[in-house]
Amino acid sequence: MATVRIPPVLRPSVGGVKEVDADGDSVGDVLRSLADQHPATQSQMFADGGELNRYVNVYLNDEDVRVLDGLDTPVGAGDVLVILPAMAGGCA
Amino acid sequence: MTPSGAELIRQIKSQVAQVDPGDVNELLHNDGGNGELAIVDVRESEEVARGLIPGAKHVPRGHLESRIEGAVPDRSQHVVLYCASGNRSALAARTLEELGYENVESMTGGYTLWKDRGYKVEVPKVLSAEQRERYSRHMLVPEIGAEGQQKLLDAKVLLLGAGGLGSPAALYLAAAGVGTLGIVDDDVVDLSNLQRQVIHTTDRIGVPKVDSAEQTISALNPDVDVVKYETRLDASNIMEIIEGYDVIVDGVDNFPTRYLLNDASVRLQIPVVSAAILGFEGQLSVFSPYQGPCYRCLFRQPPPAELAPSCGANGVLGVLPGTMGLLQATEVVKLIIGAGEPLIGRLLLYDALGAEVNTVNVRRDPECPICSRPPEEIAEDEMGAFPDYEAFCAAAG
Repeated sequence: MATVRIPPVLRPSVGGVKEVDADGDSVGDVLRSLADQHPATQSQMFADGGELNRYVNVYLNDEDVRVLDGLDTPVGAGDVLVILPAMAGGCA
Repeated sequence: MTPSGAELIRQIKSQVAQVDPGDVNELLHNDGGNGELAIVDVRESEEVARGLIPGAKHVPRGHLESRIEGAVPDRSQHVVLYCASGNRSALAARTLEELGYENVESMTGGYTLWKDRGYKVEVPKVLSAEQRERYSRHMLVPEIGAEGQQKLLDAKVLLLGAGGLGSPAALYLAAAGVGTLGIVDDDVVDLSNLQRQVIHTTDRIGVPKVDSAEQTISALNPDVDVVKYETRLDASNIMEIIEGYDVIVDGVDNFPTRYLLNDASVRLQIPVVSAAILGFEGQLSVFSPYQGPCYRCLFRQPPPAELAPSCGANGVLGVLPGTMGLLQATEVVKLIIGAGEPLIGRLLLYDALGAEVNTVNVRRDPECPICSRPPEEIAEDEMGAFPDYEAFCAAAG
């Protein structure tokens, strides 16, 4: 079981919470488990081919999973995944 | 019988190591700025204002004990002290030996002999009495001091927007004495801005934001030269506007401009202190071209419109741009004075509701379409562009 931190723009898709616990032994499994629980997150995280969208970064314990093994990166119990879409707000 | 002052100086001069200006000049040239030699000027500020040896650190003899560790932290470093003629520096050398400095010399004949021999001198820019008072709390900080304050006064910082993030950043950078503040904004002050854009005032509703910001800054600190750009940053004007600035503060509210700015700033190798805010959350990072990742390394593509809400549409806690704008201002000051660890290669995430700050690591992308190439190869028509840029803009409306 890993903890996934949900960014503000995805919170409406997960019932408004900031963190969701999800099962899985790899980053991909955990995120797919999140998408199973909350189907609205599926298209926001994953492209049609099943890979992560290029505008979404995922960090495992502060490291970008793209510099680890991507969706295949192993995830242990107690690990924290951060989903981070780009934000542009400067509030002009 | 106690010795006279002159006798005491004679005694001490016979006890401390002395070095001829010619040898110091040679050492200085051979050192090549690699920092093995520390030259310390122990004269008073008024004397130093008329000229000093290039690269010398100024520690007046009266403050030697309290300030030398800030100037020369390593007690094993080779230190050459000088004053006007060699007396005060001999006394200072004795003090440094008592403080445990291992390799201290006093320069014979002092600055007077150095100058008579025709060796290189420089006249430092000096702070006026009013500036010394205005920035006195900076002067007391070892990482800033007169040298750091002068760097701030010489610095040129460009703010993209005098809005939520730009307002607090501009106010504090102006107060800190950043000598030139450029402001790009084509908007006018609106009543709904005043919940967070603290550089503007109620009686300036309808006034161009660049003019309103200039008015506040000038009233706060007349040392600051405000350069106004009442325009929207776009591909046709970006190179002309940003060139020559030392640091750029990015708080723009849309992705196309963020990517355009990234590409142009990589090309011109100008660091960008970037922040974004939404609701109760903020992101902050420093993109220092070729030293760390760029914005495209962090986010290869902008998100589609439904995942990129704006503050205008979704709202923001009015205090939040204050928090994030001041973190930006702090990073700007650090870059200018060269202190601390700037937020390069790290993204700071601030959650105001949870009162939590986290950082994640950001790596340079070896396949980055922009910063994996030398700056001169980044063509102007590529800047801010995406292979699917038109589709993105259409989707974003």
